[in-house]
This record gives sequence, C-alpha cells and structure tokens, in this order.
Amino acid sequence: MDNTESTAIVTGGALVKRGLAEMLRGGVIMDVVNAEQAKIAEDAGAVAVMALERVPADIRREGGVARMTDPHLIEAIQETVTIPVMAKARIGHFAEAQILQELQVDYIDESEVLTPADEAHHIDKWKFAVPFVCGATNLGEALRRISEGAAMIRSKGEAGTGNVVEAVRHLRSITGDIRRLTQADSAELYGWAKNLQAPIGLVQEVAESGRLPVPLFCAGGLATPADASLVMQLGAEAVFVGSGIFKSSDPSKRARAIVEATTHYQDPAVLLNVSRNLGPAMVGIEMDEVDVRLAERGW
Amino acid sequence: MRIGILALQGDFLNHVAVLDGLSVESVLVKTRDDLDVDGIIVPGGESTTMSLLMQSSGIYEPLKALVHDGLPAFGTCAGMILLASSLMDGRPDQVTLDAIDIVVRRNGFGRQVASFETDLAVSGVQGGPMRAVFIRAPVVEKVADSVEVLAEVNYRFADSSNRVVPVICRQEKVIVSSFHPELVGEDRLHKIFLGLI
Repeated sequence: MDNTESTAIVTGGALVKRGLAEMLRGGVIMDVVNAEQAKIAEDAGAVAVMALERVPADIRREGGVARMTDPHLIEAIQETVTIPVMAKARIGHFAEAQILQELQVDYIDESEVLTPADEAHHIDKWKFAVPFVCGATNLGEALRRISEGAAMIRSKGEAGTGNVVEAVRHLRSITGDIRRLTQADSAELYGWAKNLQAPIGLVQEVAESGRLPVPLFCAGGLATPADASLVMQLGAEAVFVGSGIFKSSDPSKRARAIVEATTHYQDPAVLLNVSRNLGPAMVGIEMDEVDVRLAERGW
Repeated sequence: MRIGILALQGDFLNHVAVLDGLSVESVLVKTRDDLDVDGIIVPGGESTTMSLLMQSSGIYEPLKALVHDGLPAFGTCAGMILLASSLMDGRPDQVTLDAIDIVVRRNGFGRQVASFETDLAVSGVQGGPMRAVFIRAPVVEKVADSVEVLAEVNYRFADSSNRVVPVICRQEKVIVSSFHPELVGEDRLHKIFLGLI
C-alpha cells in the first residue's frame, strides 16, 4: 500500500449506525446518573451505559420538565468508562441532539422519558452521524422511527415503574405483528401499511425478512434477572435497565445478575442461581397507580 | 466439521448466518460443555462484557487451553481483542485468550462517530475488494515477526498523524480482523479460517 495515500473512509452511514446496535446484542444497557454508577455498571458487565441526570423513577416522583443531561456529567462518565456511552435528547429536540453529537456520545436516545419538545415531529435522524435509538409501543411506531433514521428500536414499556407488564405488552405487539405480516400476501401489505401508518417499503421489507431492519431491544420497567430472561425469550435482542438497578438495595450484585440472566436467558439453572439473595428489588408501581404514561409520548 | 461460535454476547448470530451460507454446521458456545468443536469463532461485541462472561461461565480456562493446543480460531473486532496476546486501554481485570502475538489498542480509531466503512485489498483473496465495517474498532499497534498481515488501512488519527495499521492478521491457525465481515455477509475470511481446520 502507498503510504502517502489515505484509505477512502466513509463515516456516519446506516451500516455503522446499525452495526453498533448489532454489537450490543445479548447485552444490558444500564441507566447511570454519575461516574461512580457508570463504573459499577461497567464492572458488572454492562455493554453500554445511558447517562442521565435522574433515573425515570425519580423523574416520575419529582415531576418538572426533564431535559438533556448537563454535558459536564456526560463527559465525566465518558472519561470513566471504556464501553459506549449513550445519552437522551427530548423528542423532537434536534438542538439537544446536535449538542450530544458534538460531545461524541456513542448513541442518542430520542426518549419519551424526557419531556417532549415537539408535539408533531420527531428528529430527522438521517442528518446525524451519531446513531439514534427510539422507543416504540407497536410495529407502526417502530417503522415510523426507522423511516426517520433510527438505527435501533427499543420497546418502550413504562419507565420508572419497576413493572414489566407494559414492556411485555409492547414487545408482544411488535413481534406478534411481525409474525402476522410474514403471512400476508403482497396485496394485503398495502392495507397493513395504511393501518400501521408506516412506509410500504419498510412494511414489505419486514414481511420478507420476518424481523425489523434494525435490532429490537426492550426497555421500561425491568427490575429482575427473571424480567430480563422473560423479554429475551419473547424476542428482545438486548435489554435496557433503568431505575431497576440503582433503585435496588444492592445495585452491583443485581446488575451482575441481570447481565448473567441476559446471556443465559434460556438456562433456568443459571437463572435460579443468579436470582438468589439479591436483596429487595425496587418497590415498583401498579399500572393503575401511574399518573403519567410516558409511553404515550411520541407518535 | 462443527464450528463453535462464542455466544455470550455480541453479533454471534451474524456469524451463524455466514456459516449457514457456506453449509457449515455451527454450535453456539455458552458453557464449557459446548466446547466439543473443530474451530472457534469469537464474534464482535463488547470485549469487557465477554471477558467477564467467559470467566463466570467457566469457558475461559478450557478455551484458552484449546487454542493453545492448536484449535483454529477466528476473531472479529472484540474477537480480535479477546484473541490478542496483549491489550492497551483495556480494563485491568480484562482477560484474553492469548492466541496471536499482537498488541491491540481498544477503541483505537475513536468513538462511534469515527466508526467507518472502507474497501480493502486483501492479500491472497480473490474476487475484488472486501467491504469492511469498523465499529469502535481496535487498532493493532504491534505484531510479532511470525504474524502475517493480510490487509492494512492508512488512517488519519485524531492527533492528525497518518499511520498504516494492520486490520487482518494471521498466525498459524488463528486469524483476526478489526472489522466485521459478518455484518455484510462477506464470507471470504470465514473460508480462510475453515481452510485452517
């Protein structure tokens, strides 16, 4: 090779954006609010951390407008860990996303956990070199986010509740509709596109491949190793755990147990072993008692 | 012939798909009982996580012994890190299988915004350039004399230095790449690996 001539390098393409999501598969992405928690997460085997100022359970309790995290806090976390660092921008708040890109976070979560900034438009994610993950409660929502450039989808669940029921509902809705799509004939796909309010090209692609064009992860209310195993068995390719770790009595041990459970999700002997003596999980909330449904944010 | 694919975390299913395309039987390796194989693929993923899970699952010691005794191995990205003899910018408690004499720097090209695609000329490989996807990829900083370099890139690093760095290395029955052929359905490196068995 000629030493004077640089290799032609292309950054920011769809392949590298989706590629990082592929690398996170089978892993646990943990919410952290400071460098100390980030270190505990990395020590426990997290594949990435999500840097934020308040975990969803605290956002829920304290109320007020939830915004992008102070860059100083994200930088402190970036300096502490070697694994990917993600951060959240408000739905539609492309200026927050521009700041996070400048900060070189590894993934931006356009997240319903923060207070939405735009009631009609999500961020045009194709304009960014940093990949985006977006939440979805059903297949149509997932495909709309992908059409806007999301490189990873996470089922939303209901963040900050410690209750896995909504995560299961959303995951089953997405995977169930994917299975039904694969049975539809070519004419029916146009009806599906209309009902899902999703681009026909993406609907056809899903019908053909039997999966989303980007990895499907699960979030929102996971609190135990068994929760992680449950959603992995239901078709999630990796899990996000938010309040469930650092709102429990022994975060380090619980984090480690959830990592093991996500890898060995089909092995009840391992699940039994790691579920023992974790101390109290986060208390959690019944859905009837939830006053703000975060999952209803976004469209 | 049965190829084991380390399946603790990462993009191991993409490697299964490549082997399926070549009609080669593969088995997912999650515990030490799954190690009755003729070759091992260490996939892309997060190397710190995989290092930890290799130890907790009891795979680390037996797998290390097997590759030292000549079990053919192929690693991509994190797999390259886990097969390398020595790491820079790793975690102090991070273990490797010490199967190929190279020194590797984790995330050496930078953060995700620096992740890139390029076309590579690969020595001894027919069929035109190889599309290579580098995701928070490791940089090979040093190779032993006995290591053969099959491809390199000339890269402008963040400190504005231009350096030519190896991206595919081979030593005896071990082959590693700092990029992900499995992400684009590229099977030519898998064929070289299968040829080592």
